Formats: sequence, structure tokens, C-alpha cells
Amino acid sequence: MIHVEKLTKYYGELCAVNNIDLDIRKGEIMGLLGPNGAGKTTTLRMLTGYLEPSSGSIRVKDFTTAQDMLSIKRLMGYLPESAPLYHNMLVYDYLEYVAGIRGLDGQKKAERIKTMVELCGLKGIMHKTIGELSKGLKQRVGLAHAMLDDPEILVLDEPTSGLDPNQIVEIRDIIRSIGKDKTIVISTHILSEAEATCDRIVIIDKGGIVADGSTEMLKMGAGQGKTIYLTLKDTGLTQAREVISVVKGVSHIHEEPSAADELRLKLTISTPDDPREAIYRAIKATDWTLLELHQEGKSLEKIFRELTQEA
Amino acid sequence: MAQARHIFIKELKDYFVSPIAYIVICIFLLISGWFFFSTFFLINQATLRTFFSMLPLIFPFVIPAVTMRLFAEELHIGSFEMLLTLPVRLSDVIIGKFLACVVFVALMMMPTFSYAIWASFMGDLDWGPVMGGFLGAVLLGSAYSAIGIFASATTRNQIIAFIVGMVICFALSLVDKMLFFFPATILPFIHYLGAGFHFENIAKGIIDSRDIIYFISVIFIALYGAELIMQEKR
Repeated sequence: MIHVEKLTKYYGELCAVNNIDLDIRKGEIMGLLGPNGAGKTTTLRMLTGYLEPSSGSIRVKDFTTAQDMLSIKRLMGYLPESAPLYHNMLVYDYLEYVAGIRGLDGQKKAERIKTMVELCGLKGIMHKTIGELSKGLKQRVGLAHAMLDDPEILVLDEPTSGLDPNQIVEIRDIIRSIGKDKTIVISTHILSEAEATCDRIVIIDKGGIVADGSTEMLKMGAGQGKTIYLTLKDTGLTQAREVISVVKGVSHIHEEPSAADELRLKLTISTPDDPREAIYRAIKATDWTLLELHQEGKSLEKIFRELTQEA
Repeated sequence: MAQARHIFIKELKDYFVSPIAYIVICIFLLISGWFFFSTFFLINQATLRTFFSMLPLIFPFVIPAVTMRLFAEELHIGSFEMLLTLPVRLSDVIIGKFLACVVFVALMMMPTFSYAIWASFMGDLDWGPVMGGFLGAVLLGSAYSAIGIFASATTRNQIIAFIVGMVICFALSLVDKMLFFFPATILPFIHYLGAGFHFENIAKGIIDSRDIIYFISVIFIALYGAELIMQEKR
């Protein structure tokens, strides 16, 4: 659907986005993660045609940004960060204005505006001035702006930043309900948000992509740093160490606090393979009781910090 | 081009749903009316010449006040990003905003047409220069609107946009009256640059293609400049 190749953007001397290659498939909800100043907004702005790339190309369907920007803009709905809407317009007037520019009129226009009112919950505020609205409501008007023409691609720049937890859930529900048949690109620096809404996560830092994959894939990573928790009974620490440390892939064993007659171990795994089977077999050969065996991937937070903090 | 129509309607509506339009029109009518009537009876002639001759001095203050928000405000609150990512061309945006200004100037001039009707009752009014004057006023207003839009595109601060626009417009109004500052070799050129000079020609009732071309070129250059500046920001 969207094909980005060697995308680069310089602001004067400063390189904001450096040589990004990206393929976004149809129907995907992609989360663009990164610390502040990583180049998320710049990337989205180039994608939506607000900024021109210094070099590289963006292709959407069969259109390129260099030649058919107008056709691309027709396919896209974009909500910039913090929804910078005209303060002095009424919500209804604004939606009507956008519908006009998007080429909707008559029956179709009224229908779409009505759909948006229902979807984004704008019913009570249609005749209020946008400047009077709270941040959450403004964000909803912004969403309505982006989705008005039922675009195939939706680009949302930090759609939940600055909202309270209830509003975040509301916006997230809206995104998820429309996300079933749309291609959506969301930028955020809130990890739980990306985890909750996105099929695929791309982490960028200092203008380059540092990780790309589904949430599960990223968490399991290449396996490194995966941890397995074991709770055993009828055994001691030294015995358990002897048996388990020979299992391939277990690099470190650490005792965790547990109930008096139980032994809880935290195993650090260093191979991409799954060692759970081997661990179970090793334990089965003994006469211990296995109470618990569970594997945890790295939290997204941890991956994010590791990837974006190497100075 | 259809897109420009939506921008035009929105901008024109913006003027009249906010107090800007009424304040600017009132101030314009007060100042121009006062200058006109304070000498009208002294001259003892049914002519609008004093009224028209004041316009090149009043417009540089009034018109940048109308245009200053057009791009500066969009850049300041960031709505320009939302506008430009809708399926519109930058040129459509500029043309829409410009036409809204031109119509605003025409609406602002409309009440002053009563001066002409009024003067025609007082004496034998020559309608040629009057019609020329109104045409010239709209042309002058359009050229200054284009310059105001250019000034507004240069900055996100409306006050700076106003001052830059005012200075450029004022310079064009006055440059042909300050010819003694310039060396003789470039005099004809400087003279031609002055908007006041071209406006006075039309206001005499002489519609010369050179004057029309002058105003159209000013409009074109200023709007093109605005487009280049906005383009540069991308």
C-alpha cells in the first residue's frame, strides 16, 4: 500500500530522517514509535505531503509523492499532533468546509458528516466554536476531519497525547473500530498504546529504523534476554542449579523470593531457540515437583529503552 | 480550482463572523469620510478627487490589517498542516485567500459609492473619473492585498505581517512622490514603480493598459512570492 524508499529529510544541517525504508501493507495498523525528536512527525509529514523529502521516494498505491501528491492526499486522512484546528469556526462549519474541499456534496456530504458525528461522538458540540472545546473533544473533531471522506489510509500523529485515561480509551476504541478495513499509521511514544492498538511496530531513533516487527516478534526479539520463571518443590538451590544449568541456552540462574518450601528460579535465556522443552525434560528425569513454568518476553518498554538509548 | 472556491468562501465568512470586518470597515469609512467631507465644501466642486487621492495613503494601513492573519495565523496555530494535507494545491489556497480579500475590499468600498450619488445631487458630477476611481481603488486594493498576503506568508506573527505589509504598501504609495531622492537616470523606472501614480491615472478616468498591467504584475509577483515562501517552508 505504502512504499517508502531511502527517505531522508534535512532541516538545514540537521538530519531529521535518515534513509528510511518502509513497506506498509493494506489493512495494517502500524505504530511508529520513538523518543521525542526521533523523526516520527517528520516522517508522517512527508508521508502526507506537508513536507517534501530531501531525497528518497514515497509511493502510495501507484502514485508517487513527487508527481501525484493530490491523488495521494485524496486517499489519505491525516490528523497532526494536537489537532491544530481553526479556533474561530463552529464544528459543523468546519466539517462542512473540509467535506467541500474533499469534494463531497449534497446527500453524500450530509451522510458522511452524520456518520462522523456518531462515530466520534460529536453530537452535543456541533454548534460550538472549536476554540471552546476541551482537548479531548478537539482531538475527536480532528479525527472526524481525518476520516470524513472515508479514506483508505489514516495517518494519526500522537492521537492520544495529552488526553486523560478515559479519553485515551475512547480514542483508541474509535481507532480500533475503523481499523478493521483501513491502513492506519499511528505515531506515539506511549508504548502500552502501541501494544494495545497496533499489529506492527516500527521503532525509530535518530532518524533511522531500529526495529520493525509485530508486537510479539519484537518482544520475543531474537530470543536474547528472554526469561523463564520456574517454581519447584522438593529440591534445593544447588541441586536445581546443577540440573538446569546444563540445559542448552540457559545462561544465568537467579533465585527469587518464594514460599518456604518452594524454590523460585529466574532463568535468563541467551539463544533464539525455545529451551522450555529441554528444561521440562531435565526436571522430569528427577523426582522434583514442578509447580510453575512460564516464559516472559522482554517488555516493550525494555526493548524500546535498549534500542533508543545507546548513546 | 474548485478547491479555491471553498477556501474563498471560508475566508470571506471568517471576516464577517468575527468583528474584524466591521471594525476595519468602520475605521476605513470614518477616516476616508472625514478626509473627504472636511474639504468637500471648501473646494466647492462636485468631485470625488480628494476622496480618491487619499486612498493610496489609507489603504496601506487598512489592507494589511485585513490580510495579516491569512497565513500568519495558520502558521501560528498549525492549521496550515491540516489544510495542506487535504487534497488542495498551495496555489488554490493562495488564490482563494486572495479573492476573499479582493471581495472584502470591494465590499468595503461599496458604502463610499454613496458619496458619488450624494455629490451628483450637489452639482454636475463627471461620472468618468468616478467610475475610474472605483475601478482603480479595487485594483489598488487587490495589489495591496496580494502584498499583504506575501507579508503574511513570511512570518507566523500577525503584527510583524501587518508591519511588513504596511511598509511595502506605503513605499509603493509614496515612491513616486519622493523622486528627488533618486538619481536622474533611474527616475522613469522609479516613477513607474509607484502605485500611487498608476492609481491616479485610472482615477482621472483614463484606463490605460499600462496601468492595468502594472497592477496585475504587482498582484502576480506578490502572490508568486508568497507561494515560493510557503514552498520553501516545506
